[in-house]
Amino acid sequence: MGSTNSTLSKIPNVEELMQETGFTPAHIVRLYDRFEALDKEKTGHLRPQDFGAINRLAMNPIGDRIIGAFFSPGQETVDFHSFVRILAHFRPADKKRPKDPSMPEPVNSRTSKLKFAFQLYDQDKDGKISRAELLQVLRSMLEMQVTEEQLESIADRTIQEADLDKDDAISFEEFRKSLEKVNIDHKMSIRFLR
Amino acid sequence: MACRTCLWLLGTTFFTCTVRLVVEGTEVGATQESHPEPGVVGSNHSQAGGGHGSSISGIQIVTFKWHHVEAPYLIALWILVAGVSKMVVELNHSLTSVIPESALLIIIGWILGGIIYGADKMQTFTLTPTVFFFYLLPQVILDAGYFMPNKLFFSNMGAILVYAVIGTCWNAATVGLGLWGCWLGGAMGDIDIGLLQFLLFGSLIAAVDPVAVIAVFEEVHVNEVLFIMVFGESLLNDGVTVVLFNVFDAFVSLGGAEIDAVEIIKGIISFFVVAFGGSLVGIIFALLISLLTRCTKNIQIIEPGFIFILGYLSYLTAEMLSLSAILSIVFCGICCQKYINANMDERSVTTVRYVMKVLANGSETIIFVFLGISAIDPAVWVWNTGFILLTLLFIFVFRFIGVFLLTWILNKYRLVPLEFIDQVVMSYGGLRGAVAYGLVAMLDENKFKEKNLMVSTTLIVVYFTVMLQGITMKPLVTWLKVKRAAVTELTLAEKIQNRTFDHMLVAIEDISGQIGHNYMRDKWHNFEERWLCWFLMKPSARKSRDYIFNIFHQLNLKDAMSYVKEGERRGSLAFVRNETKADVDFNKKFRASFSEIMPDIMADNMGPDHVPLSSILQDIVPSVCLDMHEQDLTMRESEDFNAHHLLQQHLYRGRKQHRHRYSRSHLETNRDENEVQEIFQRTMRSRLESFKSAKMGVAPAKKIQTKHQKKDKPQKMPNGNSSDKSKNHPYGDKGTCSLLFTSLLHYMKWGHQPPVVCIIIQSHSKAISRICLILENRLD
Repeated sequence: MGSTNSTLSKIPNVEELMQETGFTPAHIVRLYDRFEALDKEKTGHLRPQDFGAINRLAMNPIGDRIIGAFFSPGQETVDFHSFVRILAHFRPADKKRPKDPSMPEPVNSRTSKLKFAFQLYDQDKDGKISRAELLQVLRSMLEMQVTEEQLESIADRTIQEADLDKDDAISFEEFRKSLEKVNIDHKMSIRFLR
Repeated sequence: MACRTCLWLLGTTFFTCTVRLVVEGTEVGATQESHPEPGVVGSNHSQAGGGHGSSISGIQIVTFKWHHVEAPYLIALWILVAGVSKMVVELNHSLTSVIPESALLIIIGWILGGIIYGADKMQTFTLTPTVFFFYLLPQVILDAGYFMPNKLFFSNMGAILVYAVIGTCWNAATVGLGLWGCWLGGAMGDIDIGLLQFLLFGSLIAAVDPVAVIAVFEEVHVNEVLFIMVFGESLLNDGVTVVLFNVFDAFVSLGGAEIDAVEIIKGIISFFVVAFGGSLVGIIFALLISLLTRCTKNIQIIEPGFIFILGYLSYLTAEMLSLSAILSIVFCGICCQKYINANMDERSVTTVRYVMKVLANGSETIIFVFLGISAIDPAVWVWNTGFILLTLLFIFVFRFIGVFLLTWILNKYRLVPLEFIDQVVMSYGGLRGAVAYGLVAMLDENKFKEKNLMVSTTLIVVYFTVMLQGITMKPLVTWLKVKRAAVTELTLAEKIQNRTFDHMLVAIEDISGQIGHNYMRDKWHNFEERWLCWFLMKPSARKSRDYIFNIFHQLNLKDAMSYVKEGERRGSLAFVRNETKADVDFNKKFRASFSEIMPDIMADNMGPDHVPLSSILQDIVPSVCLDMHEQDLTMRESEDFNAHHLLQQHLYRGRKQHRHRYSRSHLETNRDENEVQEIFQRTMRSRLESFKSAKMGVAPAKKIQTKHQKKDKPQKMPNGNSSDKSKNHPYGDKGTCSLLFTSLLHYMKWGHQPPVVCIIIQSHSKAISRICLILENRLD
């Protein structure tokens, strides 16, 4: 369609982006429209307040963490490429993709999705979910009436279950192992990003 | 208890019958009293005689004046009977979860019909088309329109229209032609019928019925897109049904020979006229209602009445102009929702919502009970195996084919394709109901020799779809989805992670803008905000949006400046650590300024659905007090159980689970609102904290004061620089500041409808960033 092509031409390196993320041109265009709608100042970058304007996120217990996940450490803005790359994590996995070890892991594979989820917990990026980090997440997801002792006991038992090398923290491998029975593709995919 | 209500039910019906018999028995005179207006009960048994036939000998102290009260008494009695039936049906919850309520009500109707028939030897009470179309159907449809989730509806409008228009035409044509073909083939024996009559029958049996659809889909939880498709289709296909019905009726009257191209073209044009005309009438009445509620400030006590009267008038007006009445009342409800909710007083809004539900539920109950009763009438029954079975087969099969075909075409244009399961549920959920029965009962017996056959078939179709498909819908859905069932007990990590995933998905959906941004939609939003809101909303409703923003602006400037002054005075900013105190001050400031400027918001007389703003403000004080609960977790064994139990009880449910859904019998639950409010407050508070720390340059107090805190200080920093700051406010200073303001703005409007807030935020984003800059300049 004419409009699709004209919008696509506005985006730099769009071919590379499509290749890397696997989105179709129609999706890229739609995401670009959304990006522009969020970017009210038309700077070409998204800042935290642009995300904050989505008031529904404030009603999400981990909304602020998700917003933080869009911003690489130290960066204050998100450009379109990063925006799309993060969203690409939520594409349903391509079933027909051949296992090609030489190619880099696609963004929407199980491992990549799990890595994204892991990073939500691991705010200090040390590769482990410490007890405090787990407590923080739990605190935000549980109702106010849950007391500290109850929280701690939940966190303790969770770490106990998942922590195999007994270092009182959950590494990525342990995280992955604890979720091996969960259908990550189903739980972390959004249909309309197919 | 159950026995008593059953006895009550039987008692009232017996009473009805015996009263009539007794009255007839005491009659001496044969004078025919003219029958009063047709009420709820369409009695086709003429009333003989009056009560004053016997000669009067002296003054009678007490007389039995049945005829005096007959009509209203019977109406009231029947409404009571319907209500009691519903009570009986709802006694046993395990039963209603298997068999949908509508099916049970039909069964009760059969029982009652049997009793009446046994007493009267004929069916005195049936569902007549007049009563149905004028007194029972409008409130059901108004309820559907008023509570319609507009955003969802309009974003899927294209698909809904395709199914409603093309799908219904397809169903009508195929069923009609199929039956005609079979008749020609001799499968139905010898009946006096023709092609046109078959087409007419096809058109009235093709329409999916909104009453039946809702009644069944309440039990079955399907995703919202699917729900809105079936629901929207059932509401909008009336336009097509009416046109087809009238056109074929006219054709039958004309006779087959008179039909030529002109007539057919007229038929097609009449479709557009009827459909768009009906919608237009509805929209006009919606405008009227909104305008009216703008001026009703002084008569708040009868405000709710206007909604219902004008809604009903829109229905009748469309009917008078031979346009689609259902479309009219649907669009009236859809278009006026937002404005009347903003204009009217809170109590009136609550009243309207509850009364709407009462009327709709009541009507639905009466409709189903009478559908049952009307069946017990041997005068109506004509059995023709071929006709009936073939009809059942055709509507079922052609519905499936139609839906799959249309979906295949639609999926080429949709970004979110409709999956196989959705299509199956959509086809299977195409229930027929009372509308079809009402239409068939309106047929003229002289033109349609086989009217009774058609009536019988329609009744059987209705029973089949409502009962069989209703009962099997839930198991079918569960069976289809069962592929991913994991029945094993989940570990704690899995449970937590599952919930995290839910929240994550909701957040990403919000960020990526599921509905999609659209030039037309944005244009419409701007137009609506500028012109329509100005025209249709009360000035105070509009102004309150700006007032709040202004107060907020003042408040925050004052507050931010006072923090800085306080810090300068004390020489250090350690006081910021004392979270509780800081929050309380903030709280007091809010309330004080609030109450002086906006007295009506602070009033405590709010309806049950909306928590008064004052109580929300009180909650800003953190309720997680470390020493409050004294729990001795001495029992280690039960700890495991406790942990799982705690998670079960207290994890926030994601938005997917308490989604805004249309439901006939439930209004929005408070729990979801409370939960969302709580989450919102906490987010806001955490943003406030990071804002404070960003401004003051101090690490905020760790929210969770645990004993192990010392170990968890951020020791390992990969990049080494001031990562402490970046850890706690990842968005940077300006970002947090603006984030805070937008969220606070939303928070303060909590007592009112959220959609207004979106407009505020969008329209004031420039102002927000300006404020941000002002603040930065003053504080730096």
